[in-house]
Amino acid sequence: MVTAAWVIVGVVVLAILFVIAKYNQLVSLRQRIENAWSQIDVQLRRRYDLIPNLVETVKGYAAHEKEVFEKVAEARSAMMNAQGAAAQAEAQNQITAALKSLFAVAEAYPQLKANENFMMLQEELSGTEGKIAYARQFYNDQVMAFNTLIQSFPTNILAGMFGFTQREYFEMEDVAREPIHVDFKQ
Amino acid sequence: MYEQISSNIWRSRALILLFLVLFAGIGYVFARIEGNILMLPLAMGIAALMTVGSYYYSDKIVLASVRARPAEHDEFPHYVNAVEGLALAAGLPVPKTYVMDDSAPNAFATGRDPEHAVICVTTGLLEMMDRTELEGVLAHEMSHIKNYDIRFMTLVAVLVGAIALMADWFWWSGRLGGFRSRDDRDSGQLGAILFLIGVALAILAPISAVLIQAAISRRREYLADASGAMMTRFPDGLANALEKIAADQQPLESANKATAHLFISNPLREHGGGLNSLFDTHPPIEDRIARLRAM
Repeated sequence: MVTAAWVIVGVVVLAILFVIAKYNQLVSLRQRIENAWSQIDVQLRRRYDLIPNLVETVKGYAAHEKEVFEKVAEARSAMMNAQGAAAQAEAQNQITAALKSLFAVAEAYPQLKANENFMMLQEELSGTEGKIAYARQFYNDQVMAFNTLIQSFPTNILAGMFGFTQREYFEMEDVAREPIHVDFKQ
Repeated sequence: MYEQISSNIWRSRALILLFLVLFAGIGYVFARIEGNILMLPLAMGIAALMTVGSYYYSDKIVLASVRARPAEHDEFPHYVNAVEGLALAAGLPVPKTYVMDDSAPNAFATGRDPEHAVICVTTGLLEMMDRTELEGVLAHEMSHIKNYDIRFMTLVAVLVGAIALMADWFWWSGRLGGFRSRDDRDSGQLGAILFLIGVALAILAPISAVLIQAAISRRREYLADASGAMMTRFPDGLANALEKIAADQQPLESANKATAHLFISNPLREHGGGLNSLFDTHPPIEDRIARLRAM
């Protein structure tokens, strides 16, 4: 009788410990996702802040290329108005494309390309593009771990009880592997 | 790739366990031979002291010994940017960046944990590598940081040093004190056997310690290659970088035998086949490239 009682107590204690451990794991993963998201945000903002400087530098050499400057300005304001992950990603892709054509224009101006300020900005931008890609990769890795956990048995029961829901991946065109560079001669 | 990482972690654990058993065994045998059981805690105490010292100061000692200087963002923007990017990819704090003014391409990481980590590269590496190759090398170093190899390798180095120290100690005390006087207390046969074991250990311990150090180091290089490739999602970057490093024959002037195992490729540029390869701290670079290409 006494033994059976102890066994029951033991099982209950173990079950409680298990629930606590899994709950804490879910919380810390969710926290890591939040943190990873803010890291992406920091880098996106950094890119956003670099653009006016770059545009000014290019304008000094190629003031008449109005079309491309408009495109960049448009993409930049689209980013400020974007709501939600999907719209945000879309706006980011637009900025990436606009920057690509800006650098393509710059290719035609050897003096601009040799400008120290321009080269520095180019390095900073491609560095930031790389950081965006890596921050996004880390974010998506965390989301995958989180989503896998809350779909697996028995954590799925806990996730349902405590209201943990699946997160969305942050999809964006991959820009980091290639430096921004377009050759007109090809 | 995941399998490779986990199996490497387990093998490394087995090796370090072996190391600790060896260490305790040697301490015990020497203590018996000296007839003074106090020597065992004394030896352990010295080993612990050295471990604590190296735990806190290893990075500063290593950086000073290779004459490295801090790399500022203004001077090396692409290097610092790449490290910051990879820190994001690994989800780690940004390590401190250092450079060595040397034309031989090489790199290493040190420090006691990811919060106190340092990455150091040669200026030769920065000149020679394009962005994907540099990121490949830096991701390899970042993996050493993430896997706590930087702490592990220092501790292994200290354990090896401590065993060598104990063996030396045995030789000295054997010569000065003389075992004969103690034969009266010990039953003669046991004393003789212990003496022989002690001699054998004094010879074998430093050798086996170095062998184990080399084996641990080589496994960690494969592991860092694998997890570095996972970090950049581009194994060819590191493979190309290793090819360039293999083609370069300059030795790194500021490296020595004590720091050799820290570097991404053996800075001393000496390796032989056969039995000699047991002492290599790095796997053959061709083999590492082949494994990366197969991913």
